[in-house]
Amino acid sequence: MIEARGLTKRYGDKVAVDDLSFTVKPGTVTGFLGPNGAGKSTTMRMILGLDRPTRGTALVNGHPYTHAKAPLREVGALLDAKDVHGGRTARAHLLSLCQSNGLPRRRVNDVLELTGMSEVAGKRIKGFSLGMSQRLGIAAAMLGDPQILMFDEPVNGLDPEGILWIRNFMQSLASRGRTVFVSSHLMSEMALTAQHLIVIGRGKLLADMSTQEFINQNSSARVRVRTPHAEALLDALAAQGTTTRKVDAFIEIDGLTTDAVGDLAAKHNVTIHELFAQRSSLEEAFMEMTRDSVEYHATVGDQQVPATVGGAQ
Amino acid sequence: MTAATAAPVATGFDDRRTRTTIWHVIRSEWTKIWSVRSTFWTLLSLVLVTIGLSALIAWGASSNFDKMNPQDRAHFDVAGSAMSGLVLGQLAIAVLGAMVITGEYSTGGIKATLTAVPARMRVLFAKWLVFGVVATVVGEITAFGAFYISMIFWSHHDMAAHLNDPGVLRAIIGGGLYVLASGMVGLTVGVLIRHTGGAIATAVGLLFVAPILTNLLPGTWGKDISKYFLSNAGQHVSDVVHVAGNLSPWTGYVVMSVEWVVPLLIGAWLMKRRDA
Repeated sequence: MIEARGLTKRYGDKVAVDDLSFTVKPGTVTGFLGPNGAGKSTTMRMILGLDRPTRGTALVNGHPYTHAKAPLREVGALLDAKDVHGGRTARAHLLSLCQSNGLPRRRVNDVLELTGMSEVAGKRIKGFSLGMSQRLGIAAAMLGDPQILMFDEPVNGLDPEGILWIRNFMQSLASRGRTVFVSSHLMSEMALTAQHLIVIGRGKLLADMSTQEFINQNSSARVRVRTPHAEALLDALAAQGTTTRKVDAFIEIDGLTTDAVGDLAAKHNVTIHELFAQRSSLEEAFMEMTRDSVEYHATVGDQQVPATVGGAQ
Repeated sequence: MTAATAAPVATGFDDRRTRTTIWHVIRSEWTKIWSVRSTFWTLLSLVLVTIGLSALIAWGASSNFDKMNPQDRAHFDVAGSAMSGLVLGQLAIAVLGAMVITGEYSTGGIKATLTAVPARMRVLFAKWLVFGVVATVVGEITAFGAFYISMIFWSHHDMAAHLNDPGVLRAIIGGGLYVLASGMVGLTVGVLIRHTGGAIATAVGLLFVAPILTNLLPGTWGKDISKYFLSNAGQHVSDVVHVAGNLSPWTGYVVMSVEWVVPLLIGAWLMKRRDA
């Protein structure tokens, strides 16, 4: 169980994390979602006691993490896979961590095997690829076989094989009842792994709900239609008070089913060439939610935010 | 929340016994210091550079001894001069001391360290102790090595000092302790600056450049600063021949020690407060 209570971090004038309160429930994968620069890493560092909150507290299993008796038994964390001394071998790195908590030495071999790193255990870390570093970081997190695992952007920069490995790994942890708190700026990634979502933007809490709830609340059904009689159809839709917009060769309609649009077209003698329902993706829902809170906007206004987001054009 | 009802995982750990103590952290730091190559190489350079330079100086001084004026000859410190190689050797140990700390901060490895042991003062104490023991042991080996090699040259002139001569044993043990103090200057600078390049440059400046520059300070206050400044004070621990006006061996050493202990305590306080 991780609890943040009014967690705030200021760097001079800049507020990185702004009065954040949430609870990560045991036995689930909780996605910690937000655009780059939203304050996810800072929040995780405060939970681990690496950064001091300007205000508020973070509790792990009911106490500040810095009071943990055997810290690696409580939390395993992977923040940045490249945060290791490259001059050490993988085995020496893991051994030093293992010894620091008085864990049995055999755990080093256990976690090397678990992450498929046994072969390179004697190699110096500076020669590792990002994927290997990521596995090493996960090996270190698993040393104490902790109940809580925290991963910061674990799939960032990985090749598809690495992404798949991490995704499966997190799911297998959750299936064994572990609490997994994982951050990402990719909604699609979270939709695959997380049962619960905590969404932040500019350090503020935007949503704290189950993934299913998030999808239901944030993705709206839209219908797209292509017709040579666009004017007639638009008039008919306008008469009903329906919101529409032009998207390329299509008319996009909010709040009606394909059935209703088809019936309406028939009633007004409108020929239809194409008619289909379009459910906005989770990624779009996420971008919609965080649009006002992204740190750096792309210069091309609608580059990443397609017309389905609405209104913009 | 279905997963929350899943059976608890069998961890295979005896949690009553798994409680981190300071000894665990010390063992961990022992593993860490020996698992990077730079430790071995900087220690080797400490030994070789010190002994090499001391031998060179002993050879030169003993060969020219007859040509020195009688006054200089009377004051010449044969045993003490055997420690003069430390003027370079101190830099190697200071670099290692700095890197014990900055190696963690520069690489980001400190995050893994402090996640495993969030009690930061334990981490700092363990690093300090492990490095202190290594520096002292290798420092003494270096000092005695430099002494015996230097005496080979002096024995050709029948002037070799012996360990049972008054003050000589203290001077040589003092040479090893001077290595410890120099290393601690490096470690302290590392704790305060955290950046490898900056810390090494500062430590070398403090031990090698600043002591010479303080000689240029004007007036009596300038002389006092120079007299009490780090290595200017600490090096007297290897004096066998006392020159009037100089600090006594142990006074000098204590002065240098205070000059790294106090900043280290400030550094510890900062380490507790700063973001990792």
